[in-house]
Amino acid sequence: MKNRTAYFGVFTALALILSYVETLIPVNLGIPGAKLGLANLVVVIVLYKMNFKEALLLSVTRVILTGFIFGNLFGILYSLAGAVLSLVVMNALKPGTSLSVIGVSIAGGVSHNIGQLIAAMIAVETYQVGYYLPALLFAGLITGALIGIVCRDVLKRIKKLSFV
Amino acid sequence: MKKNDWLLAAGILAAAAILLCFQMLGKTGKAAFVSVTVDGVLYGTYSLCEDQVIKIDDTNRLEIHDGFARMEWADCPDQVCVNHRSISRDGESIICLPNQVVVSIENGESSEVDDIAR
Repeated sequence: MKNRTAYFGVFTALALILSYVETLIPVNLGIPGAKLGLANLVVVIVLYKMNFKEALLLSVTRVILTGFIFGNLFGILYSLAGAVLSLVVMNALKPGTSLSVIGVSIAGGVSHNIGQLIAAMIAVETYQVGYYLPALLFAGLITGALIGIVCRDVLKRIKKLSFV
Repeated sequence: MKKNDWLLAAGILAAAAILLCFQMLGKTGKAAFVSVTVDGVLYGTYSLCEDQVIKIDDTNRLEIHDGFARMEWADCPDQVCVNHRSISRDGESIICLPNQVVVSIENGESSEVDDIAR
């Protein structure tokens, strides 16, 4: 229990590093806002190994920190909306056990993009942004699946570790 | 991966495909049009969906083809408007200064997203 704060710090650092690594990979899918979402790897793992509260805190901390370091204010707003919606959806689907980590991660990836889009709609005050919805759904599906596959393998290997 | 994972993925793919279809269908129905003004006075508006050639006061000729508008010919010496690239997006315009002709797209597809959001 007393190691909780230390673990949380390590996970935050890991998420930050992954966000940084992501900025080094020039993946341009031609869709604004579409990213691999490497940092979500840590968020999903924390969601499974710790709990919703920790994962939410980590996600919000991560978004704000990376936003100030690599992005801008708009980026923070969009990401925050995406991150929170994604976590809520993932947390809702997780205990049902009808979905594996991959399914939960896919749902998370897709809802992350939907959350961002909603934030963008509110910020730009136009529904034309909805034009990107199909592309973003597809992007969320692919990135969510990739992150989910990695998560499944990582979780398999750290089964015996407890961070709580 | 469990069976439900595949179901979820299939559902999302289907949703994306359906939305895409709606957009494709909606796009042709969208009334994007070209407005032409001469000397600040509206000369006429033309649908961007129909291929046509419009003569503007014997000084310019505008061609609409495949959803793009292009100045085909102008009698002025500089030919700036003729060399202008084809326009199709909302708010884009071709201006022929010597003849005071302004061709602009209205109600079209919105322009590319700017750099505010990365």
